[in-house]
Amino acid sequence: MFWDEKYETLPKKDLGRLQLKRLKKTLAHVQNVNFYRRLFKDTGIRPGDIKSLDDVRKLPFTRKQDLRDGYPFGFFAVPLTKVVRIHTTSGTTGKPTVVGYTKKDLRTWAGLIARNMTMVGLSDQDIFQNMVNYGMFTGGLGFHYGAELIGMTVIPSATGNTRRQIEMIQDFGVTVIHCTPSYALHLAEVAEEMNARLDSLKTGLFGAEPWSDSMRRELENKLNVTAYDSYGLSELFGPGVAFECKERDGLHIWHDCYLVEIIDPATGEVLGEGERGEMVVTPLVKEAMPLIRYRTGDITMLYEDGCICGRGQKIARIMGRSDDMLVIRGINVFPSQIEHVLLGIPEVGNQFMVYVDRVNHLDEMTIDVEINRDFFSGELKDLARIQNKVVKALRDALELRTTVRLVEPGSLPRFEGKAKRVVDRRKDCL
Amino acid sequence: MGVNRFVIKQISVFSENKPGRLAAIARALQEEQINILAFSIAEADGFGVVRALVDSPQKAHEKLTKMGFNVAFTDVIAVQMKDEPGGLYEIAKILGQGGINIEYAYAYSGKEGAVLILRVDNVEAAIAAVRKGGAKLLESSLFQ
Repeated sequence: MFWDEKYETLPKKDLGRLQLKRLKKTLAHVQNVNFYRRLFKDTGIRPGDIKSLDDVRKLPFTRKQDLRDGYPFGFFAVPLTKVVRIHTTSGTTGKPTVVGYTKKDLRTWAGLIARNMTMVGLSDQDIFQNMVNYGMFTGGLGFHYGAELIGMTVIPSATGNTRRQIEMIQDFGVTVIHCTPSYALHLAEVAEEMNARLDSLKTGLFGAEPWSDSMRRELENKLNVTAYDSYGLSELFGPGVAFECKERDGLHIWHDCYLVEIIDPATGEVLGEGERGEMVVTPLVKEAMPLIRYRTGDITMLYEDGCICGRGQKIARIMGRSDDMLVIRGINVFPSQIEHVLLGIPEVGNQFMVYVDRVNHLDEMTIDVEINRDFFSGELKDLARIQNKVVKALRDALELRTTVRLVEPGSLPRFEGKAKRVVDRRKDCL
Repeated sequence: MGVNRFVIKQISVFSENKPGRLAAIARALQEEQINILAFSIAEADGFGVVRALVDSPQKAHEKLTKMGFNVAFTDVIAVQMKDEPGGLYEIAKILGQGGINIEYAYAYSGKEGAVLILRVDNVEAAIAAVRKGGAKLLESSLFQ
């Protein structure tokens, strides 16, 4: 099912033409923003210099810090009279980031959410409980208006009071929920405690935080739903930027609205399909707050293969944040890659610590990993075999030789919230 | 089933190679009043396995597991040796002639003579070879 079949399935050539047209329009539009006027002047680039989509590489990046520096309305390209809504992103460090929307922006955004929900088979037949924050967070109102647009019956339950949430799911016959994956797990646990059945549920839309495939299996088993990954960020409207289709193998990003590049976060160099790096996005249809080459900080890659659903090129599920990236002997390493490797080796646990040192001017990476209790045979040679297996799997995935230390089960630190698994000791020896 | 009485349960404990780990294991056994008859430490890259023959292997397993240690039982056999020059040669020769491959071994010398503890790839074949060669195997009841 399609919401907007023409734009969702544009042939590559037509898409490129549309993107270029919209890119040029965006470049003209950002001239209303002081930051961009100055940036163009300083770099000596004129909007007219951009003649092809590849020319976008000539333009400088826009960073999160730039948006913070523009607090509150420095990045608005329209007068405040045209801005009908403001959201902010949580400011964990310093000031929050302000994003604004015109009436047209809100229509566009709701349309993208409608595409996503239609893509996974949802329709006006569905009853939708939206269990995310309805305040300054974009997830609440974003999904709300998209769901209303396709005619779903929307329950704006927001967060909190999990028992009441469960009662509403039962009483209203809710078929679809949207929340963070961690809240969904909590919901499942409370339902279990209450001995409450959630038989009407069939679809779960989860986003706003990274979650693994093993978490997907757990959520699907506990809630008896099909779980879909939702990606977005406030700077690009909010949720709805990219979404899994029924194949659930990568996310469709809406190329008619977002020009996507993958770059090496260390060098800024643009990478090819299938190469992992930071996603940089130039939104092509934003009115109130257009951006040029915005560095999302999210690590993903563009799929080389097409999708049988007929929509455009997919991106991989988010693999981590570029802030977490390590450069070891010139090779980029993300802690999420290590986690992924360990998840595939049952003989060791999923907790790990990474230590980076400089020995004789060479970077050395040491990874501590716990032996899985059930796989200890008592034999030293079996332990050595497990150790070698981890070293080899890491070498295949990272293209790096690492030292792996097997440690006792339960001995590594457990983190609540943001994990600090990397200790970079190279600075100490500079 | 007659050979089962010669199969002895050794406890094998996974341990990181860092100060204090052996002390933690030894203290735990002391607290449970478990006597260690023989033990050895095998070391690899950053970790090791502490191997011990104790008088109550089940109790030791439970205690150490409860403390968070990773513990496994390993089947070993014990062969009596003469505590004199050539004692080890006598036994090793029997095993060699019997085609028995030793994975690891450790020994102790006590009041009743010397004892060689053996971990072999095929326990039953080793027991048969030792008996055929005329050496004496110690029964597990002697320890446990």
